[in-house]
Amino acid sequence: MARIGGVDIPTNKRGEIALTYIFGIGRSSARKILDEAGIDRDLKVKDWTDKQVTTVREIIGAKYTIEGELRSQIQLNIKRLMDIGCYRGIRHRIGLPVRGQSTKNNARTRKGKKKTVANKKK
Amino acid sequence: MSRSLKKGPYIHYKLERKISAMNESGKKSVIKTWSRASMIAPEFVGHTIAVHNGNKFIPVYITENMVGHKLGEFAPTRTFRGHAGNRKK
Repeated sequence: MARIGGVDIPTNKRGEIALTYIFGIGRSSARKILDEAGIDRDLKVKDWTDKQVTTVREIIGAKYTIEGELRSQIQLNIKRLMDIGCYRGIRHRIGLPVRGQSTKNNARTRKGKKKTVANKKK
Repeated sequence: MSRSLKKGPYIHYKLERKISAMNESGKKSVIKTWSRASMIAPEFVGHTIAVHNGNKFIPVYITENMVGHKLGEFAPTRTFRGHAGNRKK
């Protein structure tokens, strides 16, 4: 059990994969972290020494915004867009796609579950 | 693709001229513009610009947060009134 970045406990997986369990770290930043820490990418987390865990922790702490902090940063960015009333902010407000996607069909990720409209008369 | 940095931000030259004239004289008046593609520069802050949306001019008061956006983003071109029978909420 290794505890890196607050509450995340990735274990029993290769370091490259395990680090991606942290919100804000994907494959490419995981690789960069491991290379910088001098740990083999394929080494499983349980085989890391305590010292290696600490170096990884330090690198993440110094260079990356992760988890709660990152989430609130994202929310702040969205809030800024909504407050200035620009097009992207309006789309966020009414829950439609922000980046110019078509909304005639689909777009269900943003619009949520289908709302069926009762049969129109005639 | 994003715009080349070499060129700097696009601001319609007449709009830029009017803004700098207003900044020098310290006067404030609403400027009408059709140039929705113009970037909002820091010099615009505090002015009100009436941006055309294809039908009429939408007055936009420029705040500091808006710098870096385009004028058109603040003047929506479409009106969505909601779907029929969607009145309940």
